[in-house]
Amino acid sequence: MKGYTATLDSGEAIFYRDRKRWFWLLSVLYPLQPFLGIWLHAETGNEAWLLLPLALGYVAAPILDWLLGEDENNPPEAVVLQLDRDRYYRFLTYIVVPLHYVGLIGVAYWAGTQELAWWSFIALAAVAGIASGLGINTGHELGHKKSKLERSLAKIVLAVPAYGHFWIEHNRGHHRDVATPEDPASARMGESIYKFALREIPGAFRRAWDIERERLERCDKPVWSTDNQILQSLSLSAVLQLGLIIAFGWKMIPFLVIHNVLAWWQLTSANYVEHYGLLRLKDQKDKVERCQLHHSWNSNHIYSNLVLFHLERHSDHHAHPLRRYQSLRHFDDLPSLPNGYFGMYLLAYVPGLWYRVMDQRLLALDHIDGDLDKVNVDPSKKKALYEKYGQSQKLQAG
Amino acid sequence: MSKFKCPECAYVFSEADGDEHEGYPPGTEFASLPEDFACPDCSVRFKEDFEKV
Ligand SMILES: [Zn+2]
Repeated sequence: MKGYTATLDSGEAIFYRDRKRWFWLLSVLYPLQPFLGIWLHAETGNEAWLLLPLALGYVAAPILDWLLGEDENNPPEAVVLQLDRDRYYRFLTYIVVPLHYVGLIGVAYWAGTQELAWWSFIALAAVAGIASGLGINTGHELGHKKSKLERSLAKIVLAVPAYGHFWIEHNRGHHRDVATPEDPASARMGESIYKFALREIPGAFRRAWDIERERLERCDKPVWSTDNQILQSLSLSAVLQLGLIIAFGWKMIPFLVIHNVLAWWQLTSANYVEHYGLLRLKDQKDKVERCQLHHSWNSNHIYSNLVLFHLERHSDHHAHPLRRYQSLRHFDDLPSLPNGYFGMYLLAYVPGLWYRVMDQRLLALDHIDGDLDKVNVDPSKKKALYEKYGQSQKLQAG
Repeated sequence: MSKFKCPECAYVFSEADGDEHEGYPPGTEFASLPEDFACPDCSVRFKEDFEKV
């Protein structure tokens, strides 16, 4: 197995072996799980197998995270440069891009050509959408890099879930505004995921469009032009999805609507859990503090990290957005989630339960210490939450 | 003509070259960039954080 040697400042020689090296293949194979259901359906003729990927995502993943537990391993800083240069890791993010196309086209073929019950047709579309949501994760990892190849691949893979604006929105918008009340992609305390989705999905598109429009204005180019990077990725989506409608007929229209919404919903879910309630404070001059490690929720649960290119080590990602997935670090005493993302998504879908688990965790964080003035609170819930926690006097004072 | 570097991700703004993709033509002075200029590569460091190379 490949290893890395380095010499520490103390003169001591170290040898590091990345035990997760081959397991990162899970992030490559995970988007292909719809084919598992299709294969079993083809073998047995039982349509219920088409639901299997839903069970893998919503039942097996949280259980595996709970059973396999957390991984706090970090690569020694001295080998990070070698780890980053090891082309194997980035190769995995490259090959998963065509696999997302294979995934959507393959599932669309099955949905378009088989005689299916209505419920298994919907399940197939949902499963395809969830897999394409993972494409947003792939596009996320690629889009943060400087190389032309990686940036182009990010735009290409984001065309599958028809979310081409994400590259601009996330890198230039969300990272700049994260954990502020202004950020449509940071959830507020007391805001349910459903309310959040209605703020996040249009808000993110608007912010991306504004950022791209301003760039094109500086370049003296019209916003409706082939130079518009959002339109570039969306045209690719149009070719792909119109192609599917031409190939497999009108059935593809509901299929693609469900697919797109479910793919976006995956991102909404991730955004919801990643910064819930966390707030960057303003100084006397009204300047927002720099994003700190404690402005993201983290999970070290090994299974879901291995299928999401380490996305759940989110604090280090926001501190160092260009750091490659294999090098992202765990830090002690960070805001941490009690399960991996897939388990947390389920919790988020039941807002009452989510508040019960997360509001306490949020207020217990060291830097908040129960003080609601240090929390990103939903304005419509402000009065109720300040009353609930006995802090109404702060509202009158402020 | 000077160069200014992002302390987080090592992006360099060269006044001589500008940054055509971002719409800053060659010869753009760093001082003339908008006050809310964010690093085009990482977006977590701003104009005042940049260091002269
Ligand atoms: Zn930078």
